[in-house]
Amino acid sequence: MKFKPLEILTHIILILGVLLMVLPIWFSFATSTHDNVSIMTEGMKFFLGESFTYNYNEVLNEKGGWSEEVTAARMFVNSFIMALGIATLKVVISAMSAYALVYFRFKLAVPIFWLIFITLLVPLEVRIFPSYKIVSDLGLTNTYTGLILPLVASATATFFFRQFYKTIPDELLESAKLDGANSWRFFIDFLLPLSKTMLAAMFIFMFVYGYSQYLWPLIMTTDEKYWTVVMGMKIIFTENYEGVALPRTGERFAYIILSMLPPVLVVVILQRWFIKGLIQTEK
Amino acid sequence: MSFLELQNITKIYPNGTKAVNETSLNIENGEFVVFVGPSGCGKSTLLRMIAGLEDITNGEISLDGNIINQIDPSERDVAMVFQNYALYPHMSVFNNMAYGLKNRGISKEEINNKVNDVAKLLEIDQLLTRKPSMLSGGQRQRVAMGRAIVRNPKIFLFDEPLSNLDAKLRNQMRLEIKRLQRQMGVTSIFVTHDQTEAMTLGDRIVVINNGVVEQVGTPKEIYSKPNTKFVAEFIGSPQMNLFNCKIENGIAHIADMKINLNNSTNIGDATLGIRPDDILISDNGKHSCVANLVEYLGSDMIIYSKIGDQEFSCKLSSKINLNAGDTFKFEISGTSVHLFDNTTGSRV
Repeated sequence: MKFKPLEILTHIILILGVLLMVLPIWFSFATSTHDNVSIMTEGMKFFLGESFTYNYNEVLNEKGGWSEEVTAARMFVNSFIMALGIATLKVVISAMSAYALVYFRFKLAVPIFWLIFITLLVPLEVRIFPSYKIVSDLGLTNTYTGLILPLVASATATFFFRQFYKTIPDELLESAKLDGANSWRFFIDFLLPLSKTMLAAMFIFMFVYGYSQYLWPLIMTTDEKYWTVVMGMKIIFTENYEGVALPRTGERFAYIILSMLPPVLVVVILQRWFIKGLIQTEK
Repeated sequence: MSFLELQNITKIYPNGTKAVNETSLNIENGEFVVFVGPSGCGKSTLLRMIAGLEDITNGEISLDGNIINQIDPSERDVAMVFQNYALYPHMSVFNNMAYGLKNRGISKEEINNKVNDVAKLLEIDQLLTRKPSMLSGGQRQRVAMGRAIVRNPKIFLFDEPLSNLDAKLRNQMRLEIKRLQRQMGVTSIFVTHDQTEAMTLGDRIVVINNGVVEQVGTPKEIYSKPNTKFVAEFIGSPQMNLFNCKIENGIAHIADMKINLNNSTNIGDATLGIRPDDILISDNGKHSCVANLVEYLGSDMIIYSKIGDQEFSCKLSSKINLNAGDTFKFEISGTSVHLFDNTTGSRV
């Protein structure tokens, strides 16, 4: 196959784009396999070093924090629970509220939809004090429920599901009704399977959203048992290395690389449906 | 008491549109009834009210002795074939057909048997594992029929199911629907705007216009004795010719042409309807006209001409040699014409 000049140019641009995305991650990974002394003296690394096992082992098992009890592994579990809880509930709740808005033609459906939509203007950061006040009054600080609950409503997902449900022809509902399906069955047997690509796409978005929460867990948790990975990044491995004033850069890079893995895995596993969900609908 | 009874059914939409007005109708068990009328005449609304998909503003519908106004569509035991089939896109053909049975709590084995039997009947047994998106239009149509048949409902409702098919397939499916209905003897209501479909399928035809039933009758009755001007025009192809005329002492005057009606009607201005094939061309005919346009249709041809300033058409065998511009002679029998009142539009 012969390339035309324009094609070569587009390929160069694309390759540059890929490098721009991949190189920082590669540098982080390469650096995370070196010991702290060589990083300190030689800077970021491009090639792999020999401290891979040591650094990653340290990261996962060293007890940190003020109480010297919390490990990175624990924080991963916390983050995972939080992200999974947020993503699952967000998808379920918005799919159901969109179902109510589209199929149950109650009087205030449209104003209610816009009310939901307007909440996009008030992200968690804006309403963080009232949210904290409510969660704390309910006695939910330092619980998983407290971490998850204030984040489970999603205007974006509700909007997407609503738009999708609106494209489903009315005859399908009518036909299902005549086949003896009640509204609950219609949701389970029709809307959910028809929107499975959409569900996957929303789940990915919301998982990454939940996983990357920083401010909320920081404010919510005073007990180190509930620390999450992203907030831990600021706190863990900040103490000096074995009493010497040497930053623990190797371990911190290892921590960063590990913290990127769960969202990457979710995307890789669900991407087949994810892409489908964005570009096509099965109808 | 009839199997399905509609009593003074009225449908008014929230925006005030009156789709169906005071319609009453009795349908017997096993009958094949066709609702026919132009688009927007309320025939589909009427069908959907029987199915339970539209609320009934006024009136009563009873099925098999029970009033079903307030009964949920899922409990009415009716099956419907939709214009776009409304197959379940995420289910295989088998599951499409089995879904209604599953919801009724029928055992798996019985579902299997029923679906397979119906699939064989409709010759779709090779397609059971496919998804609707992998089927052709005709096959989808069959699956939609199968889904209705497999449930063995009290009534089949067809909402213009043939209009998405090409002409050849449409004729074929039309025959098939007729054959299946005969074979199973299930009461059926078929909605269409196509008068050919209505004539060929129905045991009885209900002609609807503007939400009002214009005439109910067998295809033959409707064709040979249309009750109103609307029915006369709507049924039959090519359309019936309608002439403004004056009736004096049993003679109809159209421009300078006179037709003897063999009776003593004396109503002055009226509308005279003559079917294009009731105009008989013959060399010793009393009347003569110039053919303005000739449409050749193979076995038949249609001639367009004028009496005075009123256009009309006549249909005749294309074996006759006649070209545009030629003068032809014809005869109209006074017994084959239809006379309608000008103000009410009803038959005189």
